[in-house]
Amino acid sequence: MGTRLRDMIRAVRACKTAAEERGVIAKECANLRNSFKENDQDYRHRNVAKLMFIHMLGYPTHFGQMECLKLIASGGFPEKRIGYLGLMLLLDERQEVLMLVTNSLKNDLNHGNQFIAGLALCALGNICSAEMARDLAPEVEKLLHNNNSYIRKKAALCSVRIVRKVPDLVEYFTNPAVGLLTDKHHGVLIAGVKLCTELCQGSEAALEQMRKQVQTLVRILKNLVVSGYAPEYDVGGITDPFLQIRILRLLRLVGRGDPDSSDVMSDILAQVATNTEGNKNAGNAILYECVLTIMAIEGIGGLRVLAINILGRFLANRDNNIRYVALNTLVKVVSVDTQAVQRHRTTIVECVKDSDVSIRRRALELVYALVNETNVKTLTKELLEYLKVSDPEFKADLTAKICSLVQKFAPNKQWYIDQMILVMAEPGNHVREEVLRTLIVVISNAPELHGYTVRSLFRTMQHWNGQESLAQVTVWCIGEYGEMLVNHLNELEGEEPLTVTESDAVDVIETVMKDVRSSSNTQAFALTALLKLSSRFPSNTQRIKDMIKPHKGSLILELQQRSIEFGAILNRHENIKATLVERMPVLDEATYNSKKADGAGMALPSDTKRATPVGGPDILANGGPKPETTNTLIDLLNLDADETPAHEPRKSAGDHLLSLLGADPLASQNASTNPDNVLMDILSLGSPAPTTGPSSSTSLFPPAAADPFGGSLLDVAAPAAPVDPFGASLAPATGTAPRKTSLLDELDVSSTVPQPPRKASLLDDLGPTIPNANNSLLDGLDSAPIVPATSAYPTIVALQSSGLKVLFDFIKPPGNPQSTTIKASYINLSSNPYTDFIFQAAVPKFLQLQLEPASGSVLPASGGGLITQSINLTNTMHGQKSLLMKLRIIYKINGQDKVEQGQVSNFPQGL
Amino acid sequence: MTITFVLLVNRQGQTRLAQYYEYLSIEERRALEGEIVRKCLARSDQQCSFVEHRNYKIIYRRYASLFFLVGVDGDENELAILEFIHCVVETLDRYFGNVCELDIMFHLEKAHFMLEEMVMNGCIVEINKQNILTPIQLMDKSSNPQFKLPLSSSTFSVF
Repeated sequence: MGTRLRDMIRAVRACKTAAEERGVIAKECANLRNSFKENDQDYRHRNVAKLMFIHMLGYPTHFGQMECLKLIASGGFPEKRIGYLGLMLLLDERQEVLMLVTNSLKNDLNHGNQFIAGLALCALGNICSAEMARDLAPEVEKLLHNNNSYIRKKAALCSVRIVRKVPDLVEYFTNPAVGLLTDKHHGVLIAGVKLCTELCQGSEAALEQMRKQVQTLVRILKNLVVSGYAPEYDVGGITDPFLQIRILRLLRLVGRGDPDSSDVMSDILAQVATNTEGNKNAGNAILYECVLTIMAIEGIGGLRVLAINILGRFLANRDNNIRYVALNTLVKVVSVDTQAVQRHRTTIVECVKDSDVSIRRRALELVYALVNETNVKTLTKELLEYLKVSDPEFKADLTAKICSLVQKFAPNKQWYIDQMILVMAEPGNHVREEVLRTLIVVISNAPELHGYTVRSLFRTMQHWNGQESLAQVTVWCIGEYGEMLVNHLNELEGEEPLTVTESDAVDVIETVMKDVRSSSNTQAFALTALLKLSSRFPSNTQRIKDMIKPHKGSLILELQQRSIEFGAILNRHENIKATLVERMPVLDEATYNSKKADGAGMALPSDTKRATPVGGPDILANGGPKPETTNTLIDLLNLDADETPAHEPRKSAGDHLLSLLGADPLASQNASTNPDNVLMDILSLGSPAPTTGPSSSTSLFPPAAADPFGGSLLDVAAPAAPVDPFGASLAPATGTAPRKTSLLDELDVSSTVPQPPRKASLLDDLGPTIPNANNSLLDGLDSAPIVPATSAYPTIVALQSSGLKVLFDFIKPPGNPQSTTIKASYINLSSNPYTDFIFQAAVPKFLQLQLEPASGSVLPASGGGLITQSINLTNTMHGQKSLLMKLRIIYKINGQDKVEQGQVSNFPQGL
Repeated sequence: MTITFVLLVNRQGQTRLAQYYEYLSIEERRALEGEIVRKCLARSDQQCSFVEHRNYKIIYRRYASLFFLVGVDGDENELAILEFIHCVVETLDRYFGNVCELDIMFHLEKAHFMLEEMVMNGCIVEINKQNILTPIQLMDKSSNPQFKLPLSSSTFSVF
């Protein structure tokens, strides 16, 4: 028989700890279960009431669902009442138990008692499933014509649910819904207008029909506005604000895109906008809705002025709620009438500094929408000032917004660079990697600003406080343009003179390298910069050597390799060093921008690099250092165009060259085992003789050569071409890979140079070392000659969302056409790592699926690594049906669960 | 434009009433309640009554020791919801007479009945207090011959 509800609540209240509470609840649940088992009728509804309380506290209560159904089926009203309440709280439309209640609902809908019918309608309106909706729609439709207003209003809202569940029923409900608009009862009108709104959203035909009813709607609204005090529905001196809001909202739908209706409603809108008192919340709610409607319907100039003025008043209001609403509306209005919103710019910018985070966010969004070429300078200044004082959790957002604004609207490059330096100088690492990359591209493309930039950066670095982005850009610039620090080259007018010695410049790099806050990525930047400086500042060579040396024992492979190789260059190859570390060629802005515009799905240069396991994920996470390494090779070969898409090949080729040059004995051994000794041969011809090194590079590659790789390289490669076995297979292999556009760049190159030797060497060397290069351009390249079967099916993008990308590669084991092995790889495109990563897949019956364990469950941020997984599929209807798969991916970001789903139907034919 | 949930929470962050109009599993609900309660309770009175969380907008208002939180989807009229909260409180007040946290705790079902009359499927359906309370008062008056009440539970006193 158990305790009384009251006693249980007392017991729960008396609990001091969560564990104690759990104990009480567990005991209570056990009692309830017993009671249910004994089929105790007398206390059934008390038990259900207890269950509701337990449910509210957040404990599972599924075991009591049947009890609710039993209560509903009973005859007494109190039992039914509590039964229905339990039904609505404890059950949901996904449970099959719900089907059992359909019959009781049907009986109750037709019950003579209005309250019982009302209960059934309410329950149906809250939880009905599509099937139930279909079954009971006729009953509900009948009740829309009931002569009892209590039932009519509930039936109307119930219809809303039905229409939402079964959209085909829209037509069925349209006429009765229109009929409701002539009702006298406010509750019915509210519900009726809501039903009409729902119908209009769902169907164009209903919308057309509703347009004929504009007059009716206007009349209802007019009655509400002009009628005197109506105590029944009065809220703060205003007659039924909820109904007014509903009607305004429906008018918005009806008037949008229809000048005639807009015209009909303009008078009443003006009346609402001018006559509604704005000193109470209810009045403001109506004004707010009215403004939204005015701005959405077909333009009537005078009315819009009225609306914008109301917003101005809202914005100046001291009540934060009203200001929030004003900002929220302005965001929506800004596309309609930018001029009007611009007028309030100062106030809006003030709101960005508000103490309330809700208001700040709204205001920031609005400012972002307002910025254009003419006001970018003032607004950015404001935002930057605010960035200094804003809350830490707001900074990331704000920084991202500033960066993107500055990038989009910068009047000139110098200003852009200045602003970016200011942003980067802010503490905390909020500047994103791609922003940094864009900045470097811009700097590289502005030769007249090289000196200015490096000096500004140097100056800012004097107050460095661990900002990663600032350190990376500065170190990169000093490496590239270090000599301009010292020799005052390209000094701009009005620039503060700066006296820097060579060792000052090296000091900066040393500070960064010694700082514990510098990531390995930054360290890699620094090492490359040092190598470059060694030729710019010959007097500091010994110091640079000493700085590079400690990393020879680095635990991070990338740093160790750089340190060893650079050390070798410095010690043994003085003769070619100058050419090797020439300035990086100008990055092609257009190519970079178009790559970026192609979106995350494209193989961005950084993505490509990430796929290689060469340096371990932590080094590659930022993707930054690669351009530098690439650099050395590019410098060496003096290739001066379109290098962005081709980092990977060059980088590795660069390593090769370095090893070929004898920097790394181990590597050169590796290299010599390769069949294509062509390149090595050529270079080894050159390198022993001290004079031929630099001279050959100049003679072979005239700096002005328009052809990027073309002729000059071919000259060298020509004798090798026939020997190269892979060159021929290269072009078709790349052709089958999915990322066509990005590959095309590559193809261009490979078509002008049918057998570039550097590629051949790449194939050999990288092929076996890359277990999983799905993401990279190399995939097409390396897999083609090694596993011919793979290339038969292109890699597909199985799922792509803003934060995640899933790629499928296919392997068809020979001899069994029915089975396919999918190599899935998951790439994190967001800046947060994903943990507890789980991949699930479902297939139709004709397929058999077997998931192998994944390579891990943690997916590093920004594509800094990937998880791979094999999926074995057997298609029992091979040749008749193609593959189909549903995906569900579950993971956690910062502890928050996230689920992504999708369907893959773009499987290649023939699997 | 619908209400997705109505929550009553006390100052300690304990849920006192929860009504959801869209399906969330128990675990999701507990997590969501924890998050938004922490967010809302930390705000000062000067700050506005709207908080954005996940894809909900939460409109809240404090009455003495109780917070009334209403979660809505994107384009609901925030001010109207604020007014609605006030309406709920007035209705509770009229029924209980100077409503307090304990009234709602011990008469959870009554509070739910009222809410049920006011909101259906996430839409406001009735704001007239008399209309809302009539069915509940009728039920309280067990003498009402309309209902065939079983002997054992002539009133709700068994609770």
